[in-house]
Amino acid sequence: MTETSITLTLNGKKKTLRVRPNELLLNVLRDRLFLTGAKYGCGIGECGACTVLIDGRPALACLTLAVAIDGKEVVTVEGLARGDELDPLQEAFLDHGAVQCGFCTPGMIMTARSLLDENPSPSEEEVREYIRGNICRCTGYTSIVSAILSCAQEKEGA
Amino acid sequence: MNAQNQTNTRLLLPEFEYLRPETKAEALHFLDQHRDKNVHILAGGTDLIVKMKTGALSPRYLVNVKDIKELSGVRQINGALHIGAVTTLAALLRLPAIRSGYSALYEALRSMAAPAVRNMATVGGNLCNGSPAADTAPALMVLGTVCTLSSVAGERRLKLCDFFLGPGRTALLPGEMLTELLVDGVRPDSGSSFLKIGRVSADIAKVNIAVYLERDGDRVADCRVAVGSVAPTPLLLDSVVSFLKGSTMSRQVLSEAGRMVEDAIAPITDARSTAEYRKAISRILAEEAMQAAWVRSGGEVPR
Repeated sequence: MTETSITLTLNGKKKTLRVRPNELLLNVLRDRLFLTGAKYGCGIGECGACTVLIDGRPALACLTLAVAIDGKEVVTVEGLARGDELDPLQEAFLDHGAVQCGFCTPGMIMTARSLLDENPSPSEEEVREYIRGNICRCTGYTSIVSAILSCAQEKEGA
Repeated sequence: MNAQNQTNTRLLLPEFEYLRPETKAEALHFLDQHRDKNVHILAGGTDLIVKMKTGALSPRYLVNVKDIKELSGVRQINGALHIGAVTTLAALLRLPAIRSGYSALYEALRSMAAPAVRNMATVGGNLCNGSPAADTAPALMVLGTVCTLSSVAGERRLKLCDFFLGPGRTALLPGEMLTELLVDGVRPDSGSSFLKIGRVSADIAKVNIAVYLERDGDRVADCRVAVGSVAPTPLLLDSVVSFLKGSTMSRQVLSEAGRMVEDAIAPITDARSTAEYRKAISRILAEEAMQAAWVRSGGEVPR
């Protein structure tokens, strides 16, 4: 297998590294760059634990070849905070006790971030629909949904 | 690790060579060059990478076509939709023309997976994967979709209903690639719908069904009905069509057509459902999908 050099923007910083074709983005993030926020859950696109943003939209790092993200922008949960200041969604997850074992939390937060960027004032139903690919095996959905809703802007005229 | 083990996935994929063409012509050249060497096309990867992780597939060459601009996006020409094969499901869902004019396709896309997978998965990939349960298949079939299959030798056109040959098998020849889908413009007094039953929402279908209808007053002027997950390929049901065409719409016609759908299919029992359930539920789904398409074509709710 031929190693390839790829350049990506990772959490705002340009990175160049050499990867083998069969390396998955998730392996590169966790094992080589030590960004262990994204998790290996099911490995087949069912659970959402490995969700990161690629070019601004949620995608599954466990089904993405690292070599295929050459030239793209990747944001992981580690890239959400600004210095010591957490993203409002991260604060909300803490405030609402929306973390039990924590395994689904990074993926859940990345998906929720994308939802709020697309639709700043979602209804509860829209939140539940949008996070349907992120599985919480502790079944803490009620507090997760309230945490996300607490970051929603009030609808104009509501 | 045991390659037969289909439930555990590998952290690392088997080895392969990776090719990233910049243009369609270059992609076709790679496919031709490696046509006898177990070459696979990589688009969204949500099916292919899973198959590689479970050991079901071990390609020697992967040709990544996902970032080829001329294969992506939707153009509207004289009312018809020209859908690039690597257009993502999410991009199609965001398109107002699909939401307003092609209900069957919109509803199929809405029923599929979750936002992250829809951002990755492509419509061409969903079709070329050749699953009998592919949700875009029956929707695009009833909308009369024509595929463009390209190779270094040129292009040919094939109706989507002739594209599927069996589970995982399509009409694509070695060296060929699905490059575009052509869907006709929306006709007046027409309507379509898609319904599916899965175990939970976003699941793979136990049964899916799509209906397209053209209405002339209180009669069905033309129609197409397709079902998935009940045969080795998604199926266009001609018997139901010849019955419905020309009929005056009524509750009785709907239930007769629903019974014909049930009779026309011979599903299997598998991990997702039993044959008996698939038959029984397909009748109900068919009635509901036909009624929805009829109402969307401007018809009254049948009594």
